[in-house]
Amino acid sequence: MTAIPAPTAIAETLKRRSGPTPTAVVPPGAKRFGVARTLRYLLLLFFLLAILIPVYVLVVTSFKGVGEASPARAWAWPHVWTLVNWQAAWTTLSPAILRTVQMVVPAAIISSFLGSMNGFVLSRWRFPKANLVFTLILFGMFIPYQAVMIPLLQLMLGLNVPSGIPSLIILHVIYGIPITTLIFRNYYESVPVELIEAARVDGAGMLRTYASIVLPISIPSFVVVLIWQFTSAWNDFLFAVFFSSSQNGPVTIALNNFANGALLQNYGSSMAGALLASAPTLLVYILLGRYFIGGLMSGSVKG
Amino acid sequence: MLVSVRQRRRVSQWGPPLLLISPSLILVGVFVYGLIGVNVATSLTDEHTSAQSTGRAPVEFVGLKNYVNLLYSPAFQHSLRNLVLYTGVFLLSALLLGFVWAWLLDKPAVGEGIFRSVYLFPMAVSFVASGVVWRWLLNSNQGASASGLNRLFEMLGLGFMQNPWWNNPNWGIAAIALPAVWQLSGYVMALFLAGFRGIPDEQREAARIDGASEWKLYRHVIFPQLSPVALSAVIIIGHMSLKAFDLIMSISKPANYQTKVPAVDMFTLKSTYDYANAAAVGTILLLIVAVLVVPYLVRTARAEKNR
Repeated sequence: MTAIPAPTAIAETLKRRSGPTPTAVVPPGAKRFGVARTLRYLLLLFFLLAILIPVYVLVVTSFKGVGEASPARAWAWPHVWTLVNWQAAWTTLSPAILRTVQMVVPAAIISSFLGSMNGFVLSRWRFPKANLVFTLILFGMFIPYQAVMIPLLQLMLGLNVPSGIPSLIILHVIYGIPITTLIFRNYYESVPVELIEAARVDGAGMLRTYASIVLPISIPSFVVVLIWQFTSAWNDFLFAVFFSSSQNGPVTIALNNFANGALLQNYGSSMAGALLASAPTLLVYILLGRYFIGGLMSGSVKG
Repeated sequence: MLVSVRQRRRVSQWGPPLLLISPSLILVGVFVYGLIGVNVATSLTDEHTSAQSTGRAPVEFVGLKNYVNLLYSPAFQHSLRNLVLYTGVFLLSALLLGFVWAWLLDKPAVGEGIFRSVYLFPMAVSFVASGVVWRWLLNSNQGASASGLNRLFEMLGLGFMQNPWWNNPNWGIAAIALPAVWQLSGYVMALFLAGFRGIPDEQREAARIDGASEWKLYRHVIFPQLSPVALSAVIIIGHMSLKAFDLIMSISKPANYQTKVPAVDMFTLKSTYDYANAAAVGTILLLIVAVLVVPYLVRTARAEKNR
């Protein structure tokens, strides 16, 4: 039973094993491995194509005009490539995309700092029942938010927090605390104790140790947590549907309403809208995939 | 004098960590545990109207009446049955596919990075966005008016596989699990792949030198070491599945009876200001998730303590 390794360290373990070369693992003189190998690649390729089916549909349909929406041409390449759908989707969704940026950036930054402070304290400060406190915080990550939604609506109303982006920033920060605490705590557990003890010998208190030693070495974890919080807040629909409307809400709400409206006439514009709404998280995944995987792993590998 | 020094030392020992952690403790305490408490209290009342929710009419305590009514109502039983079916299909398929992909990718393969990235990418997309394309793919029309997957089946000569997908009154919810599987199998793959790669090569080679067959190697060396990973995957996918909401809202819409689950019921009840029943549904969901998650958290906490 080991602790969860540092996120980036796990991302490294996903990389191909170094060490013995492939031939050393395969028993010598086995011709049938050629067949097995071909079969393996065929399977890999089959799954790859299956996963890309929805992507094909999204892209191709988004460039089709209304006239090509007939079932018979459902899977066909567009006769005429048009940007009409993209223009319609952009006009409708761009204000919501801007609002989502305004929501996600502060939410991700604030909850990262909270998570880092908690993680540091919980990994280095042995107070009675520290494990219990950590487990109680962690449970907050798994609860169905439906179990707090009704009083939460009343509380936010009572506190006069404006519906829309301000409410959602607060909620993403608060309900992001468990996961960000978990990722940072596991990272700090892996930091050599000597590093922090050295600071203490130098007479630095906990706050100064945190600011001058811990924060600078936390940058890899900050990247992981920021990406994780960015992605989950960007993709959130549940809080958005309860705490905002299509006038003041994030892009998931706007996209859902847009797709419902476009349902009858034209799938093309909904597909373009879905691609637009996914572009930021997909871009992050493509550019920073290593850290994205790190976030996934550290949210899970336990026991 | 002495006391004040000791007090000061205590403050300097406890003060800074408390300062760092207390904002979060208070927030989690209020917004998770406090609100769960208020929610349970609301679920034990007769707050079923908008007049009551705004304080213009009195609210009475009714005990467990809302829970009894819900659990006896065929409509809510249908939601619970759907939840079980959805979770079964989602969990089993994602575990199976994730394991197979990890197994295929464990041995060195050319282009491994590309396969891995493509298998995992749907995870970065929101359920709402994937719902847009899956609603099209799972179109229930068949024959000449078929589009989506039904049309694809026909084009591939697999016309017999055409089906009404989420419009099937009994099994429709299973169709909604398909996009969920599409999105999260890659996650399970990443978990298993990390598990496979955590097993030292020496152990495999030692087993092979001992003359163990490939099956015995898996049975006695690989599978036991993958079981913690499998458990993590069950917990993660399981709790996501029990909270299923976004995909259903986006594909079949909340008004659709055949694909509703408790989370959707909760939304519908809230929309009609039936706060008491909405809160009761929320509490029932919490209990279901707790049965899955609490033993896991307790076990993990114990394991860490014994470290």
